[in-house]
Amino acid sequence: MIEVLEILILSLADDELFIGHRHAEWIGLGPILEEDIAFASIAQDETGHAQAYYQILTDLGLPTPDEYAFKREASAFRSAHLVELPNFEYDYGMALMRHFLYDAAEQVRLDALRKSAYEPLAGLAERLLREEKYHWLHARVWIQRLGRSTEEAHHRLQAALDQLFPYAWMLFEEMPHEEKMIEAGWVPPSAELRMRWLEKISPILMEANLAYSEPKADELQAFQGGRHGIRSPYFDSLYAEMTEVSASDPEAEW
Amino acid sequence: MYGNLVVRPEDIENWGKKIEEEDPEKLAEFEGRIERGEKIEPQDWMPFEYRRQLIRLIEQHAHSEIIGALPEGTWITRAPTFRRKLALMAKVQDEVGHAQLLYSAAETLGKSREQMINDLLSGKSKYSNVFNYPAKTWADTAIIAWLVDAGAIINQTTNSKGSYGPYVRALERICWEESFHLKYGYDSVVYLATGTPKQRAMLQDALNRWWRPIMHFFGPPDTQSVHTEKLIRWKVKLATNDEMRQQFLDMYVPKIWELGLTIPDPNLRKNPETGRWEYSDPDWGEFWRVINGDGPCNKERLAVRRFAEEKGRWVREALRAPHARYVTPLA
Ligand SMILES: [Fe+2]
Ligand SMILES: [Fe+2]
Ligand SMILES: [Fe+2]
Repeated sequence: MIEVLEILILSLADDELFIGHRHAEWIGLGPILEEDIAFASIAQDETGHAQAYYQILTDLGLPTPDEYAFKREASAFRSAHLVELPNFEYDYGMALMRHFLYDAAEQVRLDALRKSAYEPLAGLAERLLREEKYHWLHARVWIQRLGRSTEEAHHRLQAALDQLFPYAWMLFEEMPHEEKMIEAGWVPPSAELRMRWLEKISPILMEANLAYSEPKADELQAFQGGRHGIRSPYFDSLYAEMTEVSASDPEAEW
Repeated sequence: MYGNLVVRPEDIENWGKKIEEEDPEKLAEFEGRIERGEKIEPQDWMPFEYRRQLIRLIEQHAHSEIIGALPEGTWITRAPTFRRKLALMAKVQDEVGHAQLLYSAAETLGKSREQMINDLLSGKSKYSNVFNYPAKTWADTAIIAWLVDAGAIINQTTNSKGSYGPYVRALERICWEESFHLKYGYDSVVYLATGTPKQRAMLQDALNRWWRPIMHFFGPPDTQSVHTEKLIRWKVKLATNDEMRQQFLDMYVPKIWELGLTIPDPNLRKNPETGRWEYSDPDWGEFWRVINGDGPCNKERLAVRRFAEEKGRWVREALRAPHARYVTPLA
């Protein structure tokens, strides 16, 4: 069962690790200083969350958070491809939309995890939600404001939503051995969480006059597999950068 | 758009006046207040020259914070452990926060953040020269966080005894945060200094490259610098460049030596008779060349800022749109 638990926790942790990485790229390059700071602050939270998730496994005698983050084979990662996507030449519309779709998913996910039968996860979810509240507030307020501002802003957000929606959909890709996780009472089915997620984002998008259409199963080919160890085309360069220093002297302590 | 402009230029009756054109009575009263150690606040009368010098000083300081976030910022995604990554993110976030505080402080004097940023991008206003050098390796980030921040603390602590209320208050908070950066930087340096041969070599190499920019950090020697007695009387400038440089050497050279590092200046020593540090000429010609735009990274730094300005323009326009109200920042 520990292998199944590891799949679940890594799916959660790896998303946080890479979204934190991508958000951190905005420091110094945001549209206004306040947003550099907001993205930096959210990036710190998410990176800290990744560490806390890995630590649950470490406490069971599995690798340390640093080993999980910096010393793993590509195929051992379980992140959704959404979080591996680059910042596309610093398109803030894309960054904001990803942040919105992702943090809505986190809200839903953590809310469900609070009731997890796996005690350490339930306790952690409770703690993380206290920080997540601000992520969600930030994302929501900005989508609401920009969605109803200028034509250009609206156009950019719609284009971002079109591009990102199928990726975000796959945040709820079924995990390997998910039926065992459900049976153990650790998590509800991913498909059910996805419905809750849609309920959360729909009214806000609608208010901002932003539309999405649910992808059909045969359209999802290019976006799936993240939870099963299939990496997006963006992973290699991302991970090379993340491990550049740690890999330069593997014996060293930093 | 940021709404911090407390005083509008058109409301300032002596805007643009030379010091000899100012009302002598008001001027005497103003100088008396400073002498008694009172703080000058935004709505108070002040000579235009005081206002101009402070805007210049605070604005340059603010620009240094955002430009300074760039060389370190690129290492966040490369940081080798969770601990370092989280600390570096927090540090760089603080630096951007300092810029925000300082722009607000400068805005109370009648120049808007937008104007200041435009002047940065056009090259009209400067920022600290030290950020025109590249952070080539992880060890550079450690040296920056330790020694450049140490320099910044000396400079800022000195300035925090100044006469302008909003600047002094911003600096007090900034110094408090900088002290954490210094601890983080020192801790990173210690790990490298006591680490593998590769790490030690990387650290020594970083120190070799950063020593000269650090010596330049406090500005040209007093014999070459053109600050007047007036700025000292007005408590805009509180210590001379050489005084601050001596203080830095006194505090940090022993610590650097203690770590077994070599400072790349064979003539560096404390003269036991004068109690002052002596050092080789750190090539002030280079200092002036870099300040005038010809440093290793001047073009790149401004290009990155211009890129960010350009990329973010639609967002700022959207925030100005009629129904869009300003969004409260998160942090
Ligand atoms: Fe999170
Ligand atoms: Fe989040
Ligand atoms: Fe700072």
